[in-house]
Amino acid sequence: MIFGIDYNTLWFLVFGAVITGYAILDGFDLGAGALHLFLKKETSRRIALNAIGPVWDGNEVWLVIGGGALFAGFPVAYAAIFSAFYLPAMIFLIGLIWRAVAIEFRSKEPGKMWRLTWDIIYSFACIVVTLSLGLMLGNVAMGLPLDSQKEFNGDILSFLNPFSIMVAVTTLALFMTHGAIYLAMKTENRLYTKLTILAKNFTVFFLVAFGVTTLYTLLYIPHLTDRIRSNPVYFIFPVLMFLAIANIPRQLKNGNYRFAFISSSITIASLLIAVALEVFPNLLYASNDPNNSITISNAASSPKTMKTLLIIALIGTPLVGIYTSFVFWTFKGKVKLDDMSY
Amino acid sequence: MDIEILSRIQFAFTVAFHYIYPPLSIGIGLILVIMEGMYLKTGKKVFEDMTRFWIKIFALIFGLGVATGIIMEFEFGTNWATYSKYVGDIFGSALAAEGIFAFALESGFLGILLFGWKRVSSKVHFISTLMVFLGSLFSAVWIVVANSWQQTPAGYHIVGEGLQARAEITDFWAMVFNPSSIDRLLHVWIGAFLAGAFLVMSVNAYYIIKKKHLEIAKPSFKIALVVATIFSLAQLFTGHHSAEGVSKNQPAKMAAMEGHFDHSAKADMYIMGWVDKKNETTSGIKIPGGLSFLLHGDFDTPVTGLKSFPAEERPTAINAIFQFYHIMVAIGIFLIILTLYANWQWKKGKLFDKKWLMLVFVWAVLLPQIANQVGWFTAEMGRQPWVVYGLLKTSDALSQAVKAEHVLISLILFTLVYAILFALFLYLMNKKIKHGPVVQTIHEEEISSQGSLRENPLMKNDLS
Repeated sequence: MIFGIDYNTLWFLVFGAVITGYAILDGFDLGAGALHLFLKKETSRRIALNAIGPVWDGNEVWLVIGGGALFAGFPVAYAAIFSAFYLPAMIFLIGLIWRAVAIEFRSKEPGKMWRLTWDIIYSFACIVVTLSLGLMLGNVAMGLPLDSQKEFNGDILSFLNPFSIMVAVTTLALFMTHGAIYLAMKTENRLYTKLTILAKNFTVFFLVAFGVTTLYTLLYIPHLTDRIRSNPVYFIFPVLMFLAIANIPRQLKNGNYRFAFISSSITIASLLIAVALEVFPNLLYASNDPNNSITISNAASSPKTMKTLLIIALIGTPLVGIYTSFVFWTFKGKVKLDDMSY
Repeated sequence: MDIEILSRIQFAFTVAFHYIYPPLSIGIGLILVIMEGMYLKTGKKVFEDMTRFWIKIFALIFGLGVATGIIMEFEFGTNWATYSKYVGDIFGSALAAEGIFAFALESGFLGILLFGWKRVSSKVHFISTLMVFLGSLFSAVWIVVANSWQQTPAGYHIVGEGLQARAEITDFWAMVFNPSSIDRLLHVWIGAFLAGAFLVMSVNAYYIIKKKHLEIAKPSFKIALVVATIFSLAQLFTGHHSAEGVSKNQPAKMAAMEGHFDHSAKADMYIMGWVDKKNETTSGIKIPGGLSFLLHGDFDTPVTGLKSFPAEERPTAINAIFQFYHIMVAIGIFLIILTLYANWQWKKGKLFDKKWLMLVFVWAVLLPQIANQVGWFTAEMGRQPWVVYGLLKTSDALSQAVKAEHVLISLILFTLVYAILFALFLYLMNKKIKHGPVVQTIHEEEISSQGSLRENPLMKNDLS
């Protein structure tokens, strides 16, 4: 117990923070990749790649830390989630491989066909990664059939359900908005103008996708809105999100891309907080029998390990914060291509 | 094929492919620190050129390491769910520490290492290189700790029974410093230094044969040769120490490594040989009592043999373990002879005159790679049938929710993807090497209106 919060809840918060950090940071990389083919000129594509070049790898580490945090703190949930989502997880991982190598390989040959091939692979990989992340998020929010051993016992293809597909599309729209804003922040002149227009269009795309998903949730999966309905104070998160989204076009119009970026980051965070609120204290809700649900207490590691983990997080987080800020600070401002660029 | 063997093949394949790259990153990281350190100290252009050339090679290798590494973290959950639940309490903290202390450090500073040459001062750049190198060393620490715990569990107790049983930590530092951690960590680090040093020597030996870039190739080769010589010799000691540990903590593995069946008999050491598992005999060229001597300093002391273990607790692929182990040892010895010979030639001033020697070095790049791979195969196959030695059998560690056909699909996918990646890797490496450490002229594409690159004295070299 620390400040009246038990270790398991605390670690749930840490895990949630890491995943939110991942979604915000790699969200713009993936979004930038997903919209890559909307940029037509070779130099535009190079600028876009170099805008994420020095940071995407560090951003992906948040996923590694998140995976480690889940494995360490809630091994039962880690085991259940990744074995249940065997196929989407594999597609997700292979997508990450192609994203990484496409960024690295593209610039190594000057040929038009070579570069176009890698542009397509890169963009497609980012879209696949984002969609599979959304699919997994949707399924985790909805719950899965679990046996008494807390392992998945449903149909392996059941992850392709309407709700999760909607969440996946919404995630894609949100990341593309976020990515377009990030790129706008790093570019100038005509490319900047183009990206602001794209960002606005993606915002509309996101609002439509989000609206449809919300409507579907209210109609067909009411248990996912229980907590927010029963505690009106939690309405702050959906409200915050809507305010943040509404803010994006206005900020872009005024050229305040930094605030627009903060707005899209808040949108991502509040969306994940809303999901976490509805899910908690479950990590994975058993849709067949709530007694089989994986919760933060029955999935947790021993108190001793929880304590060790918290100490590791306490020492590690400031360090990561310092050098991440240093790297972002070093590459702040508009992208400039030089001979070390992609 | 059943799910156990498919999952094992998939894990072995994905981790073996991954393990081509991280040792190179660690090894080249060390060499980069030395090269850039010398540049910082002397300010000579030759050190700058070699540093910048190897940064480009490093980028490619590191990229593949990252891409293939992330698979490993999630494969525990996808394919080995029962294992994950069993070891999560222990393994997880090492993995979390790895992510936050090691990967974040290395990936954070990587951006500056690769793209920051003109954005930060040369001191800050050097520090970034150093941080990336340290980060890669730390990653090795945690993953080797986790794997060593599987070989020699310590600092834990078992809670629950049957399918619910799991290991829980009782002493974090006893887990970290379990009996095999340090030996194996040093062995892994040095293996990585050798992989990097021999790649640097290979590329530069190629230039020397082709009489290209000689002013850079010769000093680069010498830097790498010093590293390779020190660590080839050091590897003999860590290897020996490691073997002593194995015989003490995992006698069945040691017995398989030397094909030693008879319990309570003196054990021979083979130079090369063949294990006949069926008749439980081993034949080949041997030093009678050699293993006894190595482990106990006496040719007649008995060593535990495979017959001391019930058949279901012996490693299955004994001959393969025997061969892998002997290949590793043979390569280790050869690298010592090769580097010592090269040093002798260096002292005589004839290092670069012998074309055949340079040719040997061109191809010797494969040897540490092979040794690293077969070393791990020895360690992991020798631990079988256990996934956690003495506690959890590999056959009990699988995911219940996953079916053999799913693993087959993903295995086929990985095989295809990795085959393409490897071909592209070789193609691009070859291209970079052929291009050589020639400083490129800048293709200044004035898209970014805010004008030219930052003023920096280093720039002058690029424009020349």
